[in-house]
Parts: sequence; structure tokens; C-alpha cells
Amino acid sequence: MNAIIGQPVSRVDGPAKVTGHATYAAEFDLPGLVHAAMVVAPIPRGHIRSVDTAAAERAPGVLAILTHENAPRLPYHQIPQRPQVDAQSGEQLHVLQDAEVRFNGQPVAVAVAETLEQAVHAAELVRIDYARTPALTIFDPARGRPPSEGNVKAGRVPELGRGEAEAALAAAPVRVEARYTHPREHHNAIEPHVTIAHWEGEHLTLYDKTQWVDNDRKEIAHVFGIPEERIRVVSPFVGGAFGSALRTWPHVTLAAMAAQRVGRPVRLELTRRQLYTSIGFRPHSEQHVALGATKDGRLSALKHEVIQQVGRYEEYAETVLSPTSHLYSCPNLLARYRLVEMDTNSPCPMRAPGVVTGVLGLEMAMDELAVELNIDPLELRLRNYAETDEQKGLPWSSKELRACYATAAERFGWSRRRPEPRSMREGDQLVGYGMATAIYHSDRSAATASVALTGNGGAVVRSASSDMGPGTYTSMTQVAAETLGLPLEQVRFELGDTNLPYAPVHGGSVTMASLGNAIVAACGAAQKKLADLARAAQQGPFSGLPSEAVAFHGGGLARADGSGSVVPYAELLRQHNLGWLEAEGSAQPGEETKKYSSAAFGAVFVEVRVDEALGTVRVPRIIGAYDVGRVINPKTARSQCIGGMVGGLGMALEERADWDARFGRVMNANLAEYLVPVNADIGVTEAIFVPNDDRNFNPLGVKGLAEVAICGVAPAIANAVWHATGRRIRQLPITPDVLL
Amino acid sequence: MQPFTYAPVADAAGAAARALQGASFIAGGTDMLQLLQEGVAQPAELADINRLPLQGITEDADGAIRIGALTRLQDAADDARLREAFPVVTEALDLTASPMVRHMATVGGNLLQRTRCLYFRDVSTPCNKRLPGSGCSALDGENRHNAILGGSEHCIAVQPSDLPVALISVDAEVQIQHADGAERWVPVEDFHRLPGDTPQIETVLRQGDVILGLRIPAHARGRRSHYVKVRDRASFSWALASAAVALRLDEGGRVTEARIAVGGVATKPWRLPRVEQELLGVRLDRDRARLAAVWAAEGAVTRSGNAFKQPLLQRTVERAIIEAGELA
Ligand SMILES: Cc1cc2nc3c(=O)[nH]c(=O)nc-3n(C[C@H](O)[C@H](O)[C@H](O)COP(=O)(O)OP(=O)(O)OC[C@H]3O[C@@H](n4cnc5c(N)ncnc54)[C@H](O)[C@@H]3O)c2cc1C
Ligand code: SF4
Repeated sequence: MNAIIGQPVSRVDGPAKVTGHATYAAEFDLPGLVHAAMVVAPIPRGHIRSVDTAAAERAPGVLAILTHENAPRLPYHQIPQRPQVDAQSGEQLHVLQDAEVRFNGQPVAVAVAETLEQAVHAAELVRIDYARTPALTIFDPARGRPPSEGNVKAGRVPELGRGEAEAALAAAPVRVEARYTHPREHHNAIEPHVTIAHWEGEHLTLYDKTQWVDNDRKEIAHVFGIPEERIRVVSPFVGGAFGSALRTWPHVTLAAMAAQRVGRPVRLELTRRQLYTSIGFRPHSEQHVALGATKDGRLSALKHEVIQQVGRYEEYAETVLSPTSHLYSCPNLLARYRLVEMDTNSPCPMRAPGVVTGVLGLEMAMDELAVELNIDPLELRLRNYAETDEQKGLPWSSKELRACYATAAERFGWSRRRPEPRSMREGDQLVGYGMATAIYHSDRSAATASVALTGNGGAVVRSASSDMGPGTYTSMTQVAAETLGLPLEQVRFELGDTNLPYAPVHGGSVTMASLGNAIVAACGAAQKKLADLARAAQQGPFSGLPSEAVAFHGGGLARADGSGSVVPYAELLRQHNLGWLEAEGSAQPGEETKKYSSAAFGAVFVEVRVDEALGTVRVPRIIGAYDVGRVINPKTARSQCIGGMVGGLGMALEERADWDARFGRVMNANLAEYLVPVNADIGVTEAIFVPNDDRNFNPLGVKGLAEVAICGVAPAIANAVWHATGRRIRQLPITPDVLL
Repeated sequence: MQPFTYAPVADAAGAAARALQGASFIAGGTDMLQLLQEGVAQPAELADINRLPLQGITEDADGAIRIGALTRLQDAADDARLREAFPVVTEALDLTASPMVRHMATVGGNLLQRTRCLYFRDVSTPCNKRLPGSGCSALDGENRHNAILGGSEHCIAVQPSDLPVALISVDAEVQIQHADGAERWVPVEDFHRLPGDTPQIETVLRQGDVILGLRIPAHARGRRSHYVKVRDRASFSWALASAAVALRLDEGGRVTEARIAVGGVATKPWRLPRVEQELLGVRLDRDRARLAAVWAAEGAVTRSGNAFKQPLLQRTVERAIIEAGELA
């Protein structure tokens, strides 16, 4: 049989999605389902003086109005070992537990009614009198402070470095130094966050939009103080998330609370506007980069300080310093991370959290250094190629970044670039070429999966993972099918349910490296179980053979020496009167993390067209080459990469939350005014995968593929805008008002 | 969302009668639904006018073109007669919203879409237009999208529609019927009002009026016309600045007639008589276009976030004149 891994297989869940048969969280139509709508605070800080729910309670269809005055007091036990995706210090927002208002948009009441319209109406009738107190709503870098202990323990360190950066910078013959900013950005997945909560006695089922059912269950168990076994979380399909569904948000608690109060299943769906305050966002950042180099373009000093906004009731921080620490070879490095507290909902991971920010500053600064040195930007990167991870002092498990540079540059036609800015034109338009490096550290987490070989000759593979869009259903099916030697159609992968074996978070690009290997292990375990049965049998072709004398191939068991025929799985099951046979397998990071540093790499090249008079920038071409280890499915991998390019383009040219400090509020909290790219913005997008197979990192040879795809795109565009116009725009997004 | 009753109506008289009683109309709903969802509009009754026989485009014997109020923007954009006679109108429609929205949105509704001012659409903030007397949050707030022309101390909201900007350049008129049966015609140029101290009043429409349609007069045929729109992304967003230019040139290439209107920058679709005047009688060239366009921002009052619109407007008008005059 042909290899299935590496084939551009179309999504196995595609037909269900396009025909409407895929059931998303909002669509579980439970008998007796009722609806909840949130009331949110319109002030950034203060407290509730009084609440008047009389009119709301009298409104048609209303079942309950919950406020801090009548909501149950919940224990909110803290999870001892918090998952990385949660805020690492402080505590999550405790909903309806007190009269405090901590940010504009905080839920302060919930209306529950028979229909959605009735709930929304009732929510509008709740009258709340607020006392406003002074709020921290201005991003003032001077207030920056180091991350607190919890975050430091989780690797979000306030400082890292090596050598003597200050002295080396002072002594450097060539120096560049600049400040870069990007605004607060929002995920804006198509599917809104939604939870249906259903209590049956003491058992709670949550149909939720989540990238991690197991964590959802854990958090709600702790919030309500009930054993995890009494909670089931179901989330088979996720309509995009980009990190927004990694952790459990307060509305999940509200839905469960409301369902408990009214004794019926309750659905709570956030409105688009609420999606700007009831989940997280990519925090506003400001960064300062100083580079020192020798005249021939070798980095001698690298200083990088990143300052980000953070909420006040809990502290979410990111690994912003990670790319700086190891992207280039540089003996003297000092990186610093600071947080500015603001009265806002908490930020959270958004595609390539932290790293996309760090790469932005570093890669724009590298471009400025290339100009200062009069060296080609690509050549400058090659001269400072990091052969090892100099911060960790470890070799890379694999690194094909040179091949990425070469392949993408060739494909793009980088050699046609004339070095001087404003030197290339097409009609009235200025043309600019820009490039940047992309990197995202590769991690693995412990994962488990089960494989059931079934009497009809197929297999069902299960794990409590998620597929928010990258194609997990498809790629895991491929891994299992190839490992079992079955055709793709014979294998089904099930995910998104806490009843299934434990899976790690579906984020941070860890899914394939973690779960993929667990599935390989589970397939092996099932095969071994079956082979053991066959060998132990009284009769049959394998009776009494030692284990090394049999082997699976071509969808069944055969003698290892090739004599005799292949007995298919179904036949073996039948011989042992089994309807099916199931086994579990797991995989976890091992010694490799001590021996190697692992990361996915990329090189991104873009062309921009700038209409200088009108200040518009268009991007006709983005070409990226990526080293992501082995590619399980080039088709879905390409989708990931071009999706990352589109996201990066949005970051460079369009995305911005319009924050009004007077109200502590995002004013453009809708998809008409918060702009993300549309089709017309996108020209040629091409993703090339350079060959690699990183067995040092894990047996499947994959690295991570998702986060790396958005890294590097925005700086490449900003660098291209410089090349087109001679103007260095250090503040994203680059909109006409900024360019004029 | 406040509860409201829904009342489909079958003819203009019926619609006008409902409106006189206080009903709001819903046509394509592309704006109305947003306003209802956000609690900005809270009508007691929503009269559905989609069944009114006001769809389609016709040509009068004299060459005037009539567009029914319920004609979908896409149908208007696809009309070959309109494209041939008044390209500026078609171009403006092509650059309006997205195909999906254009298939729902109507011509009448487009004239009446409300401002995109961020504060108008967020009921948690003060806004004189939404709640008279509550204050204008945009003056010292996120006013990047707001107007530099035609504003007052009470409101600087942009009227965001593209179509009426183009319609002004071809002298179009709006046909209105009142509940008492009376019909009247209002030039598109005079249809919208300045905010002054009553920003909640946006047009000359009175309670009990229904828009029947538009007419573009035959005399506007033969102008070279063109629409330029600058926006934050390549499609599907409102104008930061736009310009509709319609010029008539004599055989020697001199401008004998000029109509120029701009959008995205003013509290109503904004005509630029001074720029028109600068062009009259001159033989067009790039310098002339630039010199004339300088007058586009005459009287502009800028704020923290929208100062860029002053140069942008001038350059947009310049570009539109150059392209309309085929000077590129
Ligand atoms: C995302 C998005 C992007 C957009 N981009 C643009 C753009 O770039 N340029 C642009 O110009 N527009 C844009 N629009 C706006 C769109 O064109 C308008 O919403 C649409 O034209 C309104 O028409 P409608 O039929 O849907 O009106 P409705 O929403 O049904 O009604 C709008 C208003 O008009 C009133 N009304 C409708 N018909 C009549 C009538 N015959 N008589 C009296 N009153 C009437 C209604 O009562 C209501 O007050 C965009 C809209 C969206 C959602
Ligand atoms: S500009 Fe007009 S619409 Fe905007 S906040 Fe001020 S009053 Fe309201």
C-alpha cells in the first residue's frame, strides 16, 4: 500500500462540515433547552451600588435573573499545578461573587429565559447603579514591572541573557536601536464562544467551544468544588479559535450556574461585542531593540525589552523572549520582559503567543541593521545563523533554516531586489521586497489514545483532543491508517470528549508531536494484543510462534519471514470470537528535551505595492518556506501556512483594537470596524516545506506547524514597506493614516 | 433588543401610513438588523417594505434613468444601461460593501444607512446622535473615522454611503411619497442635513415619508465620470475618503461642466463647488488637477485621529480628476 503519511489528503470531516452535519457546541439541541444572556459592566473599575431586577424578572419568558446578590457562592478552588495556558498568578475572574467591577465588559448579571430574544430583552431590563472609581486604562510603559513568581516558574522570565550585552553594545562599531509597537488584537474566530450546560442530578455535561476538554472539566470541577468524574465536556467541532479556546472562560461557569438555578439545560453564547471582553486577546506591546554588530555584520550585542499590557485580577504572561534567546548567534544578549497592569479583561494566547511579538521587533531591527551595514537582509541573517541554541547551550534536534532561506528566496526571486529603497516601481506604485525569519519552539506534552480494531476490518481511534481547524481529524486518521496498514476510509478518529483518553492542549503547535506519537503507540499496543492472542492460540498459522516471528503489514498479521499469507485484523478477531479489540497507548517527552533544543523555522518573503499618494499598501505575494519536520499532510499543512500568512498580513496592515482609555473599552468591537483581511487583500500565497524528519525530537519526526506560520509575516511586510518607500513604520498596523 | 411587532406592507401608501404611526422600515436589513441587535434602534413596529413594487431600473423616453428604492445594490451595479450612461454610479456600487451585502442591500436603504461612528453604535457610551444631549464621545475619542467637513460641536459623524456621493455628481434626485399621498423630488445633494445642534435629524425626510426611488436626469449623460475610494483594506470597508468626479469636456479638452462630491470625510455626502469652479474652462492636466484638488479640504476641521483625512481627501480628489480626465 502507498504511504498515507505525507499524502495531501482532503479533510475527512470536510463533507460533514460543508453539508451542515458537523455539530458545533451551540447546536446540541437538548430537550428543554433555554437561553441565557449576560449583562456586562459599562465602566472600567468600580462597584455595583444597587441592582434592580424587578422589570427583568417580570419580562416574558424569564426563568431567572442571576446577580451577585442571589448567585450561589462558589468555592473557586485553585488548580494546584496550573496548565501553561492559564494565567499563572492571581485568580480567574470570579463571576457574580461580589459587587466589584474589575473591567469594562465584565459580566455582572445573567438573564435566563425560554428564548434567546427573551433573555436578551430581560438582560437589557436589568438596572444597575454603579459607583465608578479611578481606573488604570492607559498603557504606560513606565509602569512596567517584572512578571510575578508564578509566571517566572512557568518560564515567563523577567530577564535572560548571556555575556555582557551593555558593554558589547557600547563597544559595537555599528549599532541600531528602535521602538516597535503593535496594538491589542483579537482572535475573531468565526464561531462565537458558546456553552450549553446540562445538569442531570449531580452530573454536569458541558457542550463547549474549547480546544481542551480535559482542562475545561478540570477548571469547572475546581470552580464548583465537585469531582472531575461528575463532569463531561463535549466539543467535537470548533469553528476556529486561534488560542481563544485554550482556557476556560467565565461564561462557562455562568452557564453551569444558570443551568443549576433553572434546572434546565442552558445555552450561553457570547455576542460579537462580548467576544472582545469575555475571552482574551493578544496584548498591546511596545518593545525596544538595540543591536550591535561588527562592520562585517556579525552580531556582537543584542538587547531586547518587551513591555505588554496585563489585567489586574490575574496575570497572563507570554514567552516573548524565546525567539530573541536563540534565533541568532550572538555572544552578548540581554532580554527583558515587563508587564503594565491595566483594568481590562485578561489577555490570553493568540496564535504564536509572545513569539509573534518578539519576532516582530527582532526581525524589524535586523532589517534596520542590514540597512545600516549596507548588507542584504538575507545575507545578514545567514552571517548570524545560530548553529546551536546558544541560550540553552544545546544542539538543535534539527534545523533546516538555511534550506528555507534558499528555497524561498529562489522561488520569490529575491535576487531581483535592488537594495536602495524607492528603487523599484510598477506604474504609479512603489514596489518593495521584504523578508523575515520565523521561528516557534517545538514542544511535546504527554498524550494518550486508544485504538479499537473492529470486526468489520476497520479501526476507531480516540483521544480527547480537538480540531479547531488545522485538520487534526484528518492527520491523525492518516497516522493511524498508515501505522495499522489500513486504507484511510477504514479508520475513524474521534476527539473532543472527556470520556476519551487524555489529550494535551490543542495549542502551541504540540498536537501532532504529542498525540500523533500516542496514536502510533496505541496502534502498536492493539497490534501486539492481537498478535499475542494469535500466537497463544491452540491452532492457526501463528500458533506457538515467538513474538519476533510475526509482523503486521498490509492490514493484517503475517509471518515475519514472509512465508504464508497475511491474515487481516477482522479475520483474526473472528478467529478469537471478538467483536473488537481495544488498546491504549501513550507518548510523552523524554530525554530528548535534555539533549536538544527544538523549533520549527521559516523564511518569509513578501512583495508590497504602495500607493504613496493615498497611503495604501497591498501585498501581491507572500512566499514562505518552512522547516516543520516531517509533514503528515501537505494539503492541510499548506492551509495552516497560508492561514498564518493571512493572519500576519492582518497584523501588519489592518488589525487594531480601538481602545478608548476614558471608558477602558474597545470601541470597534465588531467585524465591520475591527478589520481582518478579506479575499481581495490576498494575492499569491505560497508555502513550501523543506524536507526534514526530526527523529531526534520524536519518533514521528514532526515538529510543530501552526504558530510558526504567522511569525515573520508582519515584519517581512513592514520591511518591504520600508524598501518601497524608504519609510520605517515601527507601529502596526500600517494603515493609510500612518503612511500619509 | 426591545420587543417589536413586525408588519409586512404591500404598497407605498400602506408603508407611509405605518411610518406616520411611528413604524420603522426594514428593506434589505443590512443596517437595520445591526442597529436592532446593538439596541441603537428600538422601534415599536418594524414595517417590512420588501414587497413594495419599487424594484428595478427603467429608462425614461428622454434618457433619464430611474432606480426603484428597493432595487438591490448588486442589481443596480449589474445594469448595463446605468453602467454605460453613468459609470460613476456603477463604480461606486462596485466598491460598496461586499457582494453578499450588495445582494441584500437596497438603494433606498443605502441613502439612509446610519453613521459608523464607533460611539453611535455602542450604547454604553454618550452620543448626541443616538441620545440627544448626552454628549459627543468622538470629539476627543477614537475619531479616526469621523468627519473633517460639516461637523459641529455636537457631532462629527460621517454619513458613510458611497452611492449618494456618486449620485450628486450626476445631479440625481430622490422621489419621496408622504402618508398624505403627496410626492416630492429632492436633489440627493439636499437630501442629507448637517448635524448642527440636532445630529439626530439626518435627512429632510419627515415622519410618514417613504422613498420611492431615484432619478438620474438625461442632462447628466455624457459626462466623463469616475469614482475613487480609499479604504483600510482592499474590499468590504467604508471609505476613509472617496471622490466622485463628473466632467464634460469640449472638443478642445476644456472643462465645460464639473461635478465633484466626496465621501468618508464629511457629515453628509459633500459637494465641492470650489474645486468644480477651479476646473471650469481649463484644459485639464495633472497640475491643474492638483491645484484644484487643494481646495477639497477647504474649511476642514481636524481632530486627534482624523487629521490625515485632510491630505488624503485632496489626493483622492486629485486622483479622481486625473483618472476621470484620462490623464494617467
Ligand atoms: C459590513 C458592511 C460593509 C458595508 N460597506 C459599505 C460601503 O462600503 N459603502 C456603503 O455605501 N455601504 C456599505 N454598507 C452599508 C450597506 O450598503 C447599507 O447597510 C445598505 O445599503 C442599507 O440598505 P438596506 O436595504 O439593507 O437597508 P435597511 O437596513 O433595511 O434599512 C436602512 C434604513 O433605511 C430605511 N429605509 C430603507 N428603505 C427605505 C425606503 N424605501 N424609504 C424610507 N426608508 C427606508 C430603513 O427604515 C432603515 O432606517 C456596508 C454594510 C455592511 C454590513
Ligand atoms: S460624532 Fe455624532 S455619532 Fe459620533 S459620538 Fe459624536 S454625536 Fe455620536
